[in-house]
Amino acid sequence: MATDLAPPEVKAVPAPVRRTRMSPRTALLRYRWLYLMVLPGLAYFLVFKYLPMRGLTIAFQDFVPFLGYEGSQWVGLKHFEELFTGPDFGRLLGNTLILAALTIVFAFPAPIVVALLLNELRLGVLKRAVQSLIYIPHFLSWTIVASLTYLLFSVDYGVIAGLVHGVVGGTRVDYVAQAEWFRPVIVLQTLWKSTGWGTIIYLAALAGVNADLYEAARIDGAGRWRQFWHVTLPAIRPTIVVMAILTSGHLLDNSFEQIWLMTNSLNRSVADVFDTYVYYVGITQGGYSYATAVGLFKGVAGVLLIFGCNWLAKRLGQRGLF
Amino acid sequence: MSLRRPPGEYRSPGSRLFDILNVALLLGLALVTVLPLLYVLAASFATESEIASRPFFLWPRRFITSTYEYIFETGTFVRALITTICVTAAGMVIQVLLTFTMAYPLAKRYLPGRALVLNLVIFTIVFSGGLIPTYLVVRDLGLLDTYWALILPLAINPFYLIIVKSFFQELPQTLEEAARIDGCSEFGVFWRIVLPLSKPIIATFSLFYAVAIWNDYMSPLLYIDDTRKWTLQVIVRQLTGADAENALSRLDSVLFPVEGMKFAVVVIATLPILFFYPFLQKHFAKGVLIGSVKE
Repeated sequence: MATDLAPPEVKAVPAPVRRTRMSPRTALLRYRWLYLMVLPGLAYFLVFKYLPMRGLTIAFQDFVPFLGYEGSQWVGLKHFEELFTGPDFGRLLGNTLILAALTIVFAFPAPIVVALLLNELRLGVLKRAVQSLIYIPHFLSWTIVASLTYLLFSVDYGVIAGLVHGVVGGTRVDYVAQAEWFRPVIVLQTLWKSTGWGTIIYLAALAGVNADLYEAARIDGAGRWRQFWHVTLPAIRPTIVVMAILTSGHLLDNSFEQIWLMTNSLNRSVADVFDTYVYYVGITQGGYSYATAVGLFKGVAGVLLIFGCNWLAKRLGQRGLF
Repeated sequence: MSLRRPPGEYRSPGSRLFDILNVALLLGLALVTVLPLLYVLAASFATESEIASRPFFLWPRRFITSTYEYIFETGTFVRALITTICVTAAGMVIQVLLTFTMAYPLAKRYLPGRALVLNLVIFTIVFSGGLIPTYLVVRDLGLLDTYWALILPLAINPFYLIIVKSFFQELPQTLEEAARIDGCSEFGVFWRIVLPLSKPIIATFSLFYAVAIWNDYMSPLLYIDDTRKWTLQVIVRQLTGADAENALSRLDSVLFPVEGMKFAVVVIATLPILFFYPFLQKHFAKGVLIGSVKE
């Protein structure tokens, strides 16, 4: 209906001038509505994203809220020295890296495998049903996931705890409290919450594979396995690389909510990561400057990681992100 | 898609076996996803003794609703529920308005200064000031312990902004030009032409934003001290977390069905999302994919 409203001659009207440079004043006047529309959003980014970046300077100060950003004393790299030489750094780095490694080993390949299996399902109804169900956990909050974990794994009446106890026997294990079970539980949670959702992007890539390629492979005598190996897998390789770069850039970003919710006094030794440490030291203990320094170190390391992985991907002959 | 390859080729026993195992595996996966949720739902209607004695069930032997009645008589809980609904609704409107009004001008390639603003936005995806500096900004603005603190710091998701911008770029320009010739201002074009064309994508991102606020635990943890301003997620955490016993004593009244309440609260905090899920599902894959194709 709407398209009928546009008479054909409208197309002849030149689009607003693009190439000629106009003075800022002319531009402002001419596009005042557009600029006005950018303004609220821009204000958001300046206030809630760029103002905090200015606040990063307190990492080099002994920040006292009362004295403010200008008045607080500058102390150079004191907080960074404190971080690197202090007793917590090794533990934080170790915990963060171990969780990151577990993510790479388990959570990253899981959606690829599931997407490939779904792709081999021949019954469309079944495929759609399974998809609908395994996407659900993505929309549940970490509080809900943590609560489910407590309810299912608790010593007293948790189903899974009871099930394992029934099979293995021995003394009952408190999976949610004991330090040695912290990492397996985190990995399980991540798998449960994000595997299904993660398949979407791979399924899209798989749906885009040209059917002629399978046809050609079949004519060449390729069986199912060979078609998978020589057609399907190469088709999603670029997607895997892009996802790998994106994931690696966030390796240091443990999900704050997930870890915070599963941390207790018994498992702090394995649960403390940079993100929760920043909250603990900064907000609950008021060590703003030190916590900011920890956060800044993590942020810079994260940026280096994402650029490093992008570079590596290009060196390996893949298309990077930028 | 299933018809892409002729069925004749899968006659070999190995191929058959794979198909059977594959179906079993994927069904198992779907069950593992759904069974915990169904169990929680069933347990929320069960008596305390049944929860304690039966390890797993999908239908309670004695079906009771008193746990829910109890919860809805608890002031703290009802207040948190109303708070969460209001904050989610208000936040969603603000976020969608801000995102869409900002995305529209950024979709105009001829707009001077557009690249600068876009780069400012993209940079915030790679790097941020971090938790403490953001907290200090929120505090300096006097937003601590206000509902604004749950909305404004997350007002625009830069990923969503870029996706909406890409969507606007794909819209046919002839309509907009026609409206302009008819004397419509840019804002008029946006309001009367572009937004009505964008209904599906508005629905998608409204739901994404709503889910994000509804599920947010970090913001209330950081910015809200006042227990009267607690959101549902905080209540869920207080009731079922490691420090549950301590928190239970802070609630308005003496609580009785402690175990049942844990399950019921999880159900109430999950249900709205599951209720909207079928509507959501129609659009979300599209939303995700626009983002990935337009790299």
